Amino acid sequence: MNETDLGLWAVPLAILGGAIRVSTPFLFVSLGECLTERAGRINLGLEGTLVFGAMSGYAVSYLSGSAWVGILAGALAGALFGLIHGILCSLPRVNDIAIGIAMMLLGMGLAFFFGKGFIQPVAPGLPSIELGRWSDVPQVRAALKINVLFFIGAGLAFAMWWMFRTTRLGLIIRTVGDSADAARAMGLNVTLARVLATAAGDALAGIGGAYLSLYYPGSWNEGISSGQGLMAVALVIFARWNPLGCFWAALLFGGAGALGPALQSVGINQGYYLFYAAPYVFTLGLLFVTSSPTRVMAGAPGELSITK
Amino acid sequence: MSHSNSFPRRRFLQSTAGLAGLGALGMLPIASAHAAAITVGFVYVGPKDDFGYNQAHAEGAAAVRKMEGVTVIEEENVAETVDVQNTLESMIRFDGATLLFPTSFGYFDPHILALAPKYPDLRFQHCGGLWSADKHPRNVGSYFGYIGMGQYLNGVAAGHATKSRKIGFVAAKPIPQVLLNVNSFLLGARSVDPTITCQVIFTGEWSMAVREAEATNALADQGCDVITCHVDGPKVVIETAAARNCFVCGYHADQSALAPARYLTGAEWNWASVYTAMVKSMQAGEAIPNFVRGGLAESFIKMSPLGPAVPEAGRAQFEATRARILAGGFSAFTGPMKDNRGNEIVSAGQAFKESDVELESMNYLVEGVIGSTA
Amino acid sequence: MALSGRRTRADMLQRLAPWARSAEAVVLPVLALLTGLLVFALFLLAVGKSPVQFYQLVYLGAFGSGFSWQNTLSRASPLLLAALCVALPARLGLVVIGGEGAIVLGGVAAAGVAMLLGDVSAAIALPLLAIAGAVAGGLWIGAVGAMRHYRGVNETIASLLMAYVAIALMNHLVEGPLRDPASLNKPSTLALDADFRVGLIPEIGVHWGLLVGVIACVLSWVLIERTTWGFAARIAGGNLRAAQVQGLAVGRLVVAFTALGGAFAGLAGMFEVAAVHGSANASLAAGYGYTAILVAFLARHNPLVIIPVAIMLAGFEASSGLIQRRMGLPDATVLVLQGFVFIAILVSETLYGRLRMFNPERWSRP
Repeated sequence: MNETDLGLWAVPLAILGGAIRVSTPFLFVSLGECLTERAGRINLGLEGTLVFGAMSGYAVSYLSGSAWVGILAGALAGALFGLIHGILCSLPRVNDIAIGIAMMLLGMGLAFFFGKGFIQPVAPGLPSIELGRWSDVPQVRAALKINVLFFIGAGLAFAMWWMFRTTRLGLIIRTVGDSADAARAMGLNVTLARVLATAAGDALAGIGGAYLSLYYPGSWNEGISSGQGLMAVALVIFARWNPLGCFWAALLFGGAGALGPALQSVGINQGYYLFYAAPYVFTLGLLFVTSSPTRVMAGAPGELSITK
Repeated sequence: MSHSNSFPRRRFLQSTAGLAGLGALGMLPIASAHAAAITVGFVYVGPKDDFGYNQAHAEGAAAVRKMEGVTVIEEENVAETVDVQNTLESMIRFDGATLLFPTSFGYFDPHILALAPKYPDLRFQHCGGLWSADKHPRNVGSYFGYIGMGQYLNGVAAGHATKSRKIGFVAAKPIPQVLLNVNSFLLGARSVDPTITCQVIFTGEWSMAVREAEATNALADQGCDVITCHVDGPKVVIETAAARNCFVCGYHADQSALAPARYLTGAEWNWASVYTAMVKSMQAGEAIPNFVRGGLAESFIKMSPLGPAVPEAGRAQFEATRARILAGGFSAFTGPMKDNRGNEIVSAGQAFKESDVELESMNYLVEGVIGSTA
Repeated sequence: MALSGRRTRADMLQRLAPWARSAEAVVLPVLALLTGLLVFALFLLAVGKSPVQFYQLVYLGAFGSGFSWQNTLSRASPLLLAALCVALPARLGLVVIGGEGAIVLGGVAAAGVAMLLGDVSAAIALPLLAIAGAVAGGLWIGAVGAMRHYRGVNETIASLLMAYVAIALMNHLVEGPLRDPASLNKPSTLALDADFRVGLIPEIGVHWGLLVGVIACVLSWVLIERTTWGFAARIAGGNLRAAQVQGLAVGRLVVAFTALGGAFAGLAGMFEVAAVHGSANASLAAGYGYTAILVAFLARHNPLVIIPVAIMLAGFEASSGLIQRRMGLPDATVLVLQGFVFIAILVSETLYGRLRMFNPERWSRP
């Protein structure tokens, strides 16, 4: 109520608010994918996990009455998908990209199959923190109403960055991802490390999905995802396999997603489909500029099939 | 009626032979499916419990299912491609459906028009299309409701609830049915206060949850404090708007359960009344007219009960307006009227009633709507 | 006696040896398929439904009558062409998953060219529409190949991003510059002249795109298996970088194979417009490009195998309605089935060369 007329200032504010609201699923799937890829595997199936996480998170939140139990369910479901992906890809000659596509299909199929009964009920959602109480401007207050998962995700990005840099666990994951032979020489179990990294990464994607259904947009239906999981692989390349980069990439992508509606709201309507496609064009442009035909991308794990 | 040249007789014989073979195994209830007096098939473009367009039709189908001597078969998530032709034909051949309701607008041309001549004895009832005697098969009918009047009444309630005098509309695509709703919503609100404006945002898709939520937030950021929508499933818009402390008006189906305190009213389809009437005339052997339209008076549409947030003055004006619409002859579009680019769209002395077919090809936004059609 | 018996056995084994490898290529996928169907049967049992009834309905809905075949083949038709958009680049080790973009742009291009053509005969118009669709799709996916080769942009991600862009472009064009003002509530391009419409194959009841798809698969097989280009592609396919070091013209190969794949997908879009929709509109983005990924991988990127695989997957989808109506299962059931079958077939890859009975060189060893 009593909204202040912000004029064109509404656009940057909407992009900021949108970036925070929309970015969280991107953040979780890209961190998950980053973890998996740093261990040398690529998981193209996060879209399936995301959708299944959204369904199972919503369903369990509804049945248990607690959104946090729902988040946990989304994470566990994701971990299970990741385990299957990880184990199947450990078999010789099984292609991780193809298994990813298959898991995506299976995840979406199972989510829609079991999700029919949960489209109608209203499940308890996640709480948010009001960081904008200092402001008199309702739009600012709304933009700064931030979900806890956003902070958890941001903290996680930092923690993962620190882990890769300084901890033994980080070193193990990096070694496994850069050279399987070197890792074996060090006595590491490459397969186990990769399976666990995939399971953990997929668990994060499950949480990202549960955010979609439990907070924003905050309901379960078959169209809940608009390809956030599919974009994970692109975001990680974008972020140069750096978890902190994932955070910025997710924010950027979330903000770009808010651009279309925000521009329309101040009267810029021409070619609105093209505005909606802006994030994709932008990502493609950035990939084009930063890729190189002669060398492997900086930061890419050596064992990754996609950059070989 | 001879239809030997259009009906692929050989294939039909094959299919019945195949059916007989499996039926003999005792696994499939073929015989019972054909024994029913009438089998009615409903086809939906999305999930049938979407709190919106498809749910409204599925509620109609549920009412038909309760009727004596009727078998109802349904299929959801059927794309507007060769899929819908195959689905309809499958309902006809395997389940003996004789009355079909392909409920999505996009099913009409070319899909229903391609299939109907093949089955001249069956009836295809399509929602939203403009059937015309000189262009379309006789066994196809189109029906639709004057839901714009429902959005006009939404606007009356919104006009009384808004403090900022800005109301918002989340729309899928700039097509006539949607533009009529946007315009009607604003005109209803302007019947309360002529200074009210309505902001519209197009999402470009009939169902796209995150974008609908972002559009709703963008409207709230612009100061809109009553929001409605025309997308397939309004659930996300209603919940997001309520979370932003906006009032909401429903569309397609009753969404009051999603935001009881902030739901003003809603423009709902009343397909239960329409479909049971059509099936009844089919059972009685009467012809269903090929071109059917109806509004509040004909029970094609209905309004959700007014919510607690509508003030007393608003209730009175809402009921008075509803009574005028029910009485017939009411016109929301009366001249002189301009579109939001300054062009005259209704000249002085001219008035379009809900039943005027000119409204079905609307390509403008009226003065006071902030937004553009392309 | 024992000696001669051994020799006969050795002779027989020698004669069997060439057959064993071929048998592996047939037996393993079939076993994998059956395993996938079996796992799905267990899934059905777990949710309290009858697998027997399910598979009977799949047979009935997909292949059990003349209409069932028409239903199945009409769904298979776009998949044949779209799957080539995945299979051809895959011979070079490239994973292109954005064929959907080529389909929608191929359709828009065909509809756009049809608007420009005046009073010409179908014999001239139809080839022009086909060329328009193929060129649009070929340029779109060819650009993915070019970016891959000349800039090192990952083709999987690039094609996916470009599919989103293509769909946005299509929506923009059919609602904006190319919109027929008379297309009221379903924004579309101007409807094709009735003469320019592609008709149905007599007796089968499916449009001619089906035959074109089959021919395209056969020609693609010939290209890969019987030409020097195909030979070079097979060599390069193992490792693009190594092939480049060896002096193969990898750039030309990459662009040619991606562009050809895109051209086939664009042709699929042209048939959607000319044979099904009659104009270009948002219904063009029907997801065929994504199902086609499944088809190509299941066919192990062999263009000939694409034909039966596309028919099988289309059959699953054709029976979906019957399964919903008779068994009360949701429409996503077929998605789950496809997921199980897909995983089973991918996992079977691990068995190639490892089963003794299919590998003659291991027969002599105990």
